[in-house]
Parts: sequence; structure tokens; C-alpha cells
Amino acid sequence: MYQYTDFDRQFVRARAAQFRDQLDRWQAGKLSDEELRPLRLQNGWYIQRYAPMLRIAVPYGDISGTQLRALAKVAREYDQPDAELLRDAQAKQLALGEVPVPGGTPVVTHLKYGYGHFTTRTNVQFNWIPITKAADVMELLASVNMHGIQTSGNTIRNITTDELAGIAVDEVADPRPFAEILRQWSTLHPEFAFLPRKFKVALNGTLEDRAALGWYDIGLQLVKNEAGELGFRVQVGGGMGRTPIIGTVVREFLPWQHLLNYIEACIRVYNEYGRRDNLWKARIKILVKAEGQRYIDKVEQEFRAIVELDGGPHTLTQAEYDRVAASFVEPAIKPNSRKGAAAQVHAIVKADAEADPLYARWLQRNVRAHRNPELRIVTLSFKRLGYAPGDATADQMEAAAELAERFSAGEARLTHEQNLLLPWVHQEDLPELWAAARKAGFAKPNIGLLTDMIACPGGDFCSLANARSLPIAEAITQRYQDLDEEFDLGDIRLNISGCINSCGHHHAGHIGILGVDKDGKEWYQVTLGGSDGTELSGPALPGKVVGPSFSAAEVPVVIEAVLDTYRRERRTTADGKSESFITTLRRVGIEPFKAAANGARFVERETA
Amino acid sequence: MIQILPAGAVAPDENLNVLVLANDADALSVPLEGVDRVELQFPKFTDGRAFTQARLLRQRRGFSGDIRATGDVLIDQLVQMYRVGFSSAVLKEGKDPADAERQFARYAAFYQGDAVVTQPLFARS
Repeated sequence: MYQYTDFDRQFVRARAAQFRDQLDRWQAGKLSDEELRPLRLQNGWYIQRYAPMLRIAVPYGDISGTQLRALAKVAREYDQPDAELLRDAQAKQLALGEVPVPGGTPVVTHLKYGYGHFTTRTNVQFNWIPITKAADVMELLASVNMHGIQTSGNTIRNITTDELAGIAVDEVADPRPFAEILRQWSTLHPEFAFLPRKFKVALNGTLEDRAALGWYDIGLQLVKNEAGELGFRVQVGGGMGRTPIIGTVVREFLPWQHLLNYIEACIRVYNEYGRRDNLWKARIKILVKAEGQRYIDKVEQEFRAIVELDGGPHTLTQAEYDRVAASFVEPAIKPNSRKGAAAQVHAIVKADAEADPLYARWLQRNVRAHRNPELRIVTLSFKRLGYAPGDATADQMEAAAELAERFSAGEARLTHEQNLLLPWVHQEDLPELWAAARKAGFAKPNIGLLTDMIACPGGDFCSLANARSLPIAEAITQRYQDLDEEFDLGDIRLNISGCINSCGHHHAGHIGILGVDKDGKEWYQVTLGGSDGTELSGPALPGKVVGPSFSAAEVPVVIEAVLDTYRRERRTTADGKSESFITTLRRVGIEPFKAAANGARFVERETA
Repeated sequence: MIQILPAGAVAPDENLNVLVLANDADALSVPLEGVDRVELQFPKFTDGRAFTQARLLRQRRGFSGDIRATGDVLIDQLVQMYRVGFSSAVLKEGKDPADAERQFARYAAFYQGDAVVTQPLFARS
């Protein structure tokens, strides 16, 4: 992973000191709440439903064992509400009612604390840290090269890449050096700290789009032109929210040397012309949609001016690329050495694993090929009953750190799907890793299956949410605990957002669930057929809404009806396997699914 | 460093040719002949259009006169104002200029180039 320089280290420490200074002035009454607001947001501090929330950046998901241990410390020592606050919050959440599970135990909200939450944009969030401890936490994080810089606010946010950056079999080029160059360039950019709205950039280095590029403000696909030169296909103006839009390709080929010049032009034009009168129309997608070719022409004109008139000061040189690329030190991986008794233990562990059908399922779902044929890419599942998707307690983060250190050169990655991936696992270590991951509770073989769902924290924490996400996620997880059934349902993306801000990427799910508010009650809109842009899902596309929204109690039943429709309609392909949910849905169309969903509405409501 | 002017201490200077530029004015086309000072506006401190205007005036057009920040000007935006080319700023009422000075000493340098130091860090070292 990227090795911080002395400059990088001093920079995050200076940032922590600056934030302490700002908080001190706020507490002394020299900064109003309103004046502090964008400053705390630019350091990742929100005010939530019951307590502040801290969002920590994990640039392009890369995280070390040491950093995971620091996050565990934050969870254990700082993510701790006082008893009265917790009691009050718990009572309010209980008052929202339970979500029944067909044939199961009704789900109620049990607020937890002392844990971190992995987000779809490779950040880590904490929900209970008192604001009075904020400066201490930022200093602790800075000591392990972490920060919350621009994880919120109308700024250029944490840069993401596909999770297989630098290790994929189908990679065009490693996006990490470019992501790091972009991270540095965007960090405390003086011109772009008060954009009309937030601004998210993603890069994808593989042939398959695993970074949801079409959904980003700027999506950068690494490509080679006919001459074999490296560059980017640039998409601008994608986004979710109230108006889901897939980004427009503004450049088929941008030479990599001009990455920063071109992005500067894209964002400058947005800073000048993006709408500031209406929060819901302030994202760049609205500008690109309204202006179309005129936006593109303006960007190209500004790009030429940056290069020709300003002299292109940010034109990337081979030397700078090499410097950054070299800081991603490739670990030397050998199998853990096993001699004598250790070799015998290995043989036993391996034989045990291979005798267990769960191991075969784990190899199938959680282990993927690596560009180095000796190695494997292993995903630790953070989708298990009893925990919200992407939640990790202090103990669990330490256990994950230990797995990363023992099996993956001390490196892990946060994924878009809210799991943790180990990028450097030797194939001979797989049985030991499986046994250890199982012990830690991370070996559920459900990657890419129904229970590997995405969910935002929703109405249990977030003040923006219209409805709770987590009890819905838990109810569906509880209903689909039979692995045989889950494997039979196969690859499927289920995404849940508690409001239209779409942090749970419901628009991009094959099945999307969106919390909406009607008469102060929780309702859920269901969408079908969305895509993030992966090969499984097809070109990026928002799902279509299925009729009026459903009550919380109806949602698990509706999901079951939709999945039963798939089982009825699916075909067996030539190789004897079943076609996937999304393939069936694309082939037969949305209607039978919609009819099944609407048919699952509770009769009481229809007659009421 | 940027010249910090406390609110209310700014006397109108009749000998200066001051151009007051609206937020939606195009900084690239506005005539600058004979202009001593351009005043840019921060209607709200979260409205960042003037940062781009200042940078274009200073860096692209090479305007060498005073570029002044007016309106909702707070302590924590002064460093970035300086970096995009502002040379003076009229602080909002009630803000203490003493809090501003230490902000300028905080960072040894920044990653990206700006209107003052046009080369990014990687091209400097």
C-alpha cells in the first residue's frame, strides 16, 4: 500500500492541530455553530440524530493492520455514549416499532456502540463519539496516517477505485498511483473547498467496471488507445439522489499526463456555473444534463487554457508517476513456513477444511484469482446475522488486523460492498485463513449473494433518513439464513437506503429498497433492475419503481415474492446452471416481478 | 500574506479605481485597464465562486492590482483566499485578526499549485 512521506505525515498532523484550534474557538464562542459547520464537515464530523458522527477516509480502501487497530481503539475508547443518551435514543427507536419476519423473530432496533461502520465509499464511520473528544480522536488517527479530510462538505471527497486495484487478472493499469495523485491534488484545494455541492471521483483499472463509474460525479476508466498509450475515458455528471443520472462520456481518451489539468477544468466550470440556489439541483449532474454539449465545450476550452495559457503546471511527469507508483511497495509473499510439526498441523488443517462443504462454498464465493497465480484475493464477509452490514466491533477490527498481518502482508481493503478484502494471500495459506476467519466470524460464504446486501445506517442514526434501513436488512438476513437457499438464488445485488440521498445505492441494486416518509411514518419504495455497471449487472442503470411504497412489515414478504418469481421464471443455461436474477429480470421484463410484489401487499391496507 | 482589514476600518479611497465584480461575472472577459482593485464578493462564506474568479484574475490574466475579499469573510477561509490570489480581505464584524495569523503558519506547504505558488509540490522538489 501507499507509504506516507514525512510531508504527508506532517500534513495530517497539521490538519488535526488546525481542527483543534477551530473547536477551541467554537467552544470559546468565537465561531458560531453555523461557521463551524463546514469546517467540521470538511474533517468528517456530522451532527446526527442522537450524537455526532465521524467519517474517516480510507483512500481507495487501502488500510493497514496498524490502522485497523487504531480504529479498534477509537471504537473501544471513544465510540461510547453516556448511559442517559443511549437510554433516551433506544426508547425513541423502539417507539418506531418492529419489523415482523415471516416464520421468524420480529426485528426491533437495538442500538449498539463501540464499533465502526464500513461505507460504500470506503470510509469508516463512528456514531457515538462526543464532540468534546473530537480533537483527541483526530490526533490519534493522524498518528497512524489517517484523517477525515474532505469526507464531507461541498468538497472533492475521498477518492475510490475498484477493489482489485493492482491485483486483478483483467487489469488495464493500476489505478492506485493515479488515485493517490488525485488524493494529494484534491487535499485542501484552495479553489474547490466550497463547491455548489459534494463531489465524488472514482477510478477503475480493470476491463470490468467494478467502481460504479457511471454513478460518479467524475468516473475515470483506465484505457489504452490504438497506439498503446495509457489514458482515461472520462465520464462526468453521474449521481444518485432524487434524480438518478448516469454520467456522460466527455472524453473517450485523455492522456494520463493531463489527468489533473482536465479534472481542474471539469470542476472549475462546475464551481462557476453549478446551481447554488437549490440544494437538490446543485450536483454537477444537473449542470451537465442542462447544458449538455455546452458544458463539454466549456471544459475543453478551459482545459486548453490551463495547458496553453497557464502552462499546465499540474501536467504529470513520468518521474512523478514513478515516484508515486514506487511508493506502492509490492509485498514479497511466501507461504507461511511450515516445517516438521507445523507441516503436519497444516496437513491436518487442510484435510479438515477440504472435508467441510462450507470450505468449498467459501472458495467459490469469497476467494478470487489474483494476477500472481501463486496468490488469491480473499473477501472477509461483514454480512452476518446479528450485525448491521459493514459493522465491525473493536474486537472484530483487531481480529481483522491480525488476519491481515498473518495472511496478507499487513494490508486489507475496504470494499464498495462494505466488506474487507485481503489482497495478498498465498494459496497454500487458504485452509488456515479459512479456519481463522471462521473463528472470527468473517467466513460466511455469501459474497455476492442476497445477504451480502448494502445498507446505509438509516433512521437509527442518520438525521437525514426518512426510515430505518437496519431492521429491514436484519429481517431479510434472518429470513435468508439457509445457505442452500441463498446459493440457489445465486448472484444478486440488494441495496437499501434510508432516504433519497442514496448512501445505500438503492438505485444501482437489482433490488433496491428506499425509505420514504409519508405522514411521519416509515414506508419503503422498491425498485427493480438497477445496475452498478459490473458484468453481472450490465451497463449502469437506475432501477424502476414498483408501484406505491410498502410498509416495513410488507418489505420482507415483497422481497420473498420477487425472489419466488425469479425462481419460477428462470431458465437453465447451456452449462446446466441457472441464469442469474438480473438476467431473468432483463429477459422477461419487470412486469411479473411487479405483479408479484404488488400481490404481496397486505390485504388489510387495500381494504382500509 | 494577505492584508487583513477589520470590519468598519475601511475608508473609501477616492483615488483608487475599484471594480466591484458580481459572483456571476466572467472574470476572463471583464476589462481591467486602469483598475487598481477588484472587489470580489462572498454573499455567504460557503459560496465559493469568488475563489475561481480570483484565481483566474491573478493567474490567468496576470492582474497585479489588489484583489479584495468582501462580504462574509471569516478567519478560516483566509489562507485559501490568499492562495487563490486575494491580496486583501475585509473581515466580517466581530472576528479577531489575531486568530488569523497563526493559520498562515500552520502548513509548511500544500500539495497543489495555486495562484501564488503555481507549481505543485511534486514539480517543486
